[in-house]
Amino acid sequence: MTTTDPASRPSRLPRLADGTAPVLAVLAVLLVALAFAGPAYSEPAGYLALLKRAAPLMILAIGQYFVIVSGGFDLSVGSLVTAEVVIAARLIDGDEAATLWVIPFVLGFGALVGLVNGLITTRLLVPSFIVTLGMLLVLDGAVFLWTGGSPRGALSEAFRTIGREGFDVPLLGQVPWSVLLLAALVAAAVLFMRGGTGRMLVAIGDNETAVRLGGGHVERLRTLAFVLSGLSAAVAAILLGGFAGVSAQVGDGLEFRVITAVVLGGVVLGGGRGSVVAAMAGALTLEALFSLLNLLGISGGLESAVQGVIIIAAVAYAASGRSVFRTRKGTS
Amino acid sequence: MSVTGLTVESPVVRLCGIGKRFLGNQVLRDVDLDLHAGEVHALVGENGAGKSTLMKVLAGVHQPDEGTIEVDGVRRTFASPREAQSAGISIVHQEFNLLGDRSVAENVHLGREPVRWGRVDRRRMEAETERLLDWLGERGISPRTQVRRLPVAQQQVVEIVKALATDARVLAMDEPTAALADHEVELLYDLVRRLRERNIAILYVSHRLREVFDLSQRITVLKDGELVTVRPTRELTSDQLVRHMVGRPLDAYFPDRARPADLGDVRLAVRGGGNARVHGIDLRLRAGEIVGLAGLQGAGRSAVARAVCGAEPFTEGTVELDGTPARIRSPRAAVRRGVAYVTEDRKGEGLALRQSVRDNALLVRRAAFGRGRGLRRLDLGELLRSVTLVARGPDQEVRLLSGGNQQKVVLAKWLAVEPKVLVVDEPTRGIDVGAKKAVYDLLRGLAGQGVAILLISSELPELIGMSDRVLVMYDGRIAGELPAGPSEEAVMALATGHALEAA
Repeated sequence: MTTTDPASRPSRLPRLADGTAPVLAVLAVLLVALAFAGPAYSEPAGYLALLKRAAPLMILAIGQYFVIVSGGFDLSVGSLVTAEVVIAARLIDGDEAATLWVIPFVLGFGALVGLVNGLITTRLLVPSFIVTLGMLLVLDGAVFLWTGGSPRGALSEAFRTIGREGFDVPLLGQVPWSVLLLAALVAAAVLFMRGGTGRMLVAIGDNETAVRLGGGHVERLRTLAFVLSGLSAAVAAILLGGFAGVSAQVGDGLEFRVITAVVLGGVVLGGGRGSVVAAMAGALTLEALFSLLNLLGISGGLESAVQGVIIIAAVAYAASGRSVFRTRKGTS
Repeated sequence: MSVTGLTVESPVVRLCGIGKRFLGNQVLRDVDLDLHAGEVHALVGENGAGKSTLMKVLAGVHQPDEGTIEVDGVRRTFASPREAQSAGISIVHQEFNLLGDRSVAENVHLGREPVRWGRVDRRRMEAETERLLDWLGERGISPRTQVRRLPVAQQQVVEIVKALATDARVLAMDEPTAALADHEVELLYDLVRRLRERNIAILYVSHRLREVFDLSQRITVLKDGELVTVRPTRELTSDQLVRHMVGRPLDAYFPDRARPADLGDVRLAVRGGGNARVHGIDLRLRAGEIVGLAGLQGAGRSAVARAVCGAEPFTEGTVELDGTPARIRSPRAAVRRGVAYVTEDRKGEGLALRQSVRDNALLVRRAAFGRGRGLRRLDLGELLRSVTLVARGPDQEVRLLSGGNQQKVVLAKWLAVEPKVLVVDEPTRGIDVGAKKAVYDLLRGLAGQGVAILLISSELPELIGMSDRVLVMYDGRIAGELPAGPSEEAVMALATGHALEAA
C-alpha cells in the first residue's frame, strides 16, 4: 500500500473554507460598484462609514454563526437588541455616571437570554427554532408591556460614544470606535474558531453523536453558542443605541437580516460547514448592497424583498453544490 | 458464462458488461448476470465487493457507466427505480420501507393507489392485496391490519407483496434475513420457495452462506467489483465458495496471535454487568489481548460495547479499570479513563464527515481532554502515518476519503488519546481488502503495546482469525467462551443457543 505522508505538507497558508470565495467575490464587486455610484466612496471615509453602519450586523453575524454552525438558529436577537436598548435608556435615564454599570448589565442580560435559550434547547430538547421564536415573542411582549410602545429615559453621552464617535488617524481620517471594536471582535472570533472549542462547535453541527461518543460536552458547547449569540446582540445593541438612538423598533427584523447575512456567507443551515469570516463578509455584503441600492435611488421598501431573494438563492446555491457530488481532481 | 444445463429458455433479465464508478472509484467492472424465471440466484461476495451496487443497477437506482440491461431480450435503460418497476423488476431493501400507521393494503399500494370518483378506492385496494396474499399462500395477514401491529416476519411479507404488486417478475432481495429472528427465517425460506414456484426470478443477496446453499440454484461470486464465477449451487461446497469470495486462503491473512507471555494484567473487568438489553455480563480483558465478541444480530454484542463505553451504561454490576473500581456513566467518563470505542456506524457516529482529517483526528482529544491536558504531546503526522492513512493532506475533508481510510481516521482519533482499552465494533465493515489487512495489523500492533482490545465482528473468519479468545453472546447473555481459533461451528452452536439447549 502506498503511503503518502498527509502531514508533511506545509499548510500555514490560511485556507478559504468551502463557500467563502463566492461571497468575497460578490463583496469585492459591490465595493467597486459603490465607488462608481457615489462620490462619498472616492475616499476611505466613505468605506469607514459603511463599516460603521455594518458593524452591528457584522457583530450579530459572529454570534449567529456560532449558533448556526453548531446546528441551531437564534431568532431572538432582533428583539433582544430592542430590549437591551430600551432597558439601557431606562436605567441610565440621562445619568452619565450610570453608564459604567449599565454596560456590564446589558452584556450580562444578553448572556442570560442566550443561556436560557441554550438550556431550554439542550436540556428540554425543544428545537432552537421554536425556543428562540418563543424568546422573540416574550421579549417583544415584555418591552411593549414595560414601555407602552414608547420607551422612556435617555442614553448617556458616554454610552452613545461607542456607536457614534470616532478617533482621528492620519491618512484615514476619523475612524469610528465601532470599527475598532469590530476589528477586535473579528480577531477574537477567528482565534476562537481556530482553537479546540471552536472546532468542536463545527464538529457538533456536523455530527453531534461523534462528539458525544468522543467524550465532548455537547450540551455545554451548544449552550455556549447561544450565550455568545446573546452577548453579540448586547454589543450590537450598544452600538445601535449610540448610532440610531432609542426606539422600540431599533432591532426590528434584525434576526432575519443576520440569518440572511450568515447564509449569504456560505454557512450551511443545519451546521457543520462555513467560516466565521465568511459570515461577517455576508453581513458586510448585505449592508453594501443596501447602500448601493440606496445610492441608485431604489426605495428602501425593497430591502426586505431583496433579502428574501438572497436567502432563498444562497441556500439553493449551497444545496445544488451538495446534491451533485463534486468530483475533485487529485482525490486519491 | 454458461448456464450449465439448468435451463434452456432465455433469461428474463440479462446484465452484460456492467461497469460503475463513484467519484472515480471503479466499484463494478465488466460484470455479467442473468436471471431466469423460477430461479433463486444468489449474489455473494465480501463487503465492498459490489453486490449492492449491482443490485441497485438492476433496480434502476444507479445507472451503469458501461454495459447493457436486457429485459426479455429487449435492451432497456432505467433512469429511475420506477422505470425498472414498470419493466417488472422490484427490490426488497434490507431496511423496511413501510408506514407503520397505515394498513397493509395502503402500504402495498403506496404511491399508486387506485382511484374511483376522485377518491382512493379502498375496497379495490384491499381486494387486490387480498388476491396477492392468496396467490402467495399467505393466509394469516388481513389487508386492513395496521402494519405496526404485525410481527417483523409478516412485515417482510408485506414488503414483498408491495414489491410484487407492480406485477414484478424479478425480485431483488437484499439481506432479507438480517432483521429476522431464527425461527422467522424458516418462514422466509418457505415464502421464497413459493415465489419460485410462481415463476418469479429472485436475486438473493446475502453473506450468510447457509441460506445461499439452502435456497439458491445458482451463485454469482463478486470480488472487488469483478465477477469471479457463476456456478450452479450443487457444484460448489461452502469451502470452495469462501475461497472464491476471499480469493486467498485465510490463514496468511491475519497477524500472529499473542503468546501467553505477552499478556499483562487485567485492564478491564466487568462483573455481573447488566442493563435493559444485556444481563449478567462477566468480562475480563488483559493487556495485550484481543478478545472476540461473537453473536448474531441483536444478541447484545453492541449493547455490551455501548455499556462499557458509557453510551448506554450498565445499571447493575461493577466495572474495574486497571484494578480500580470505575463508575462509567457517560462516554466522557469512559474516554477520560482510557476506554476508546470505535462504533459500528462509522459515518453516523464516528466521523464529522465535512470536517478535515486533522479536525477528526483531534476530535476526541479536544472533546474530552480540552487541549490535550494530561496527555503526551501529539505529532499529527506521526499519528496519521501510524494508521497508514492515504489522503491528500490533513486538510482534506474525510467524506472524500475511501471507507478504509475513513476507518483509519476513526482509529487515529482514538489513538490520539492513548487508550488502555479499545472496543471495536465491526471495524472492517464496508472497507476493501487492503484496508482490512491494515486494520488487522494495527489492532494487533496496539495489543502488542499493551492495549486490551474487545473485537466485535459479524464476519466469523475475521473474528476467529484475530481473537485470542472468543466470547459468544446469545439473547443478551454471554453463552460461552472459546479458546483461540475455534471452529465456526463451535461459535455458531453457542450463538444460536444450540449449545445451551444441548447442555
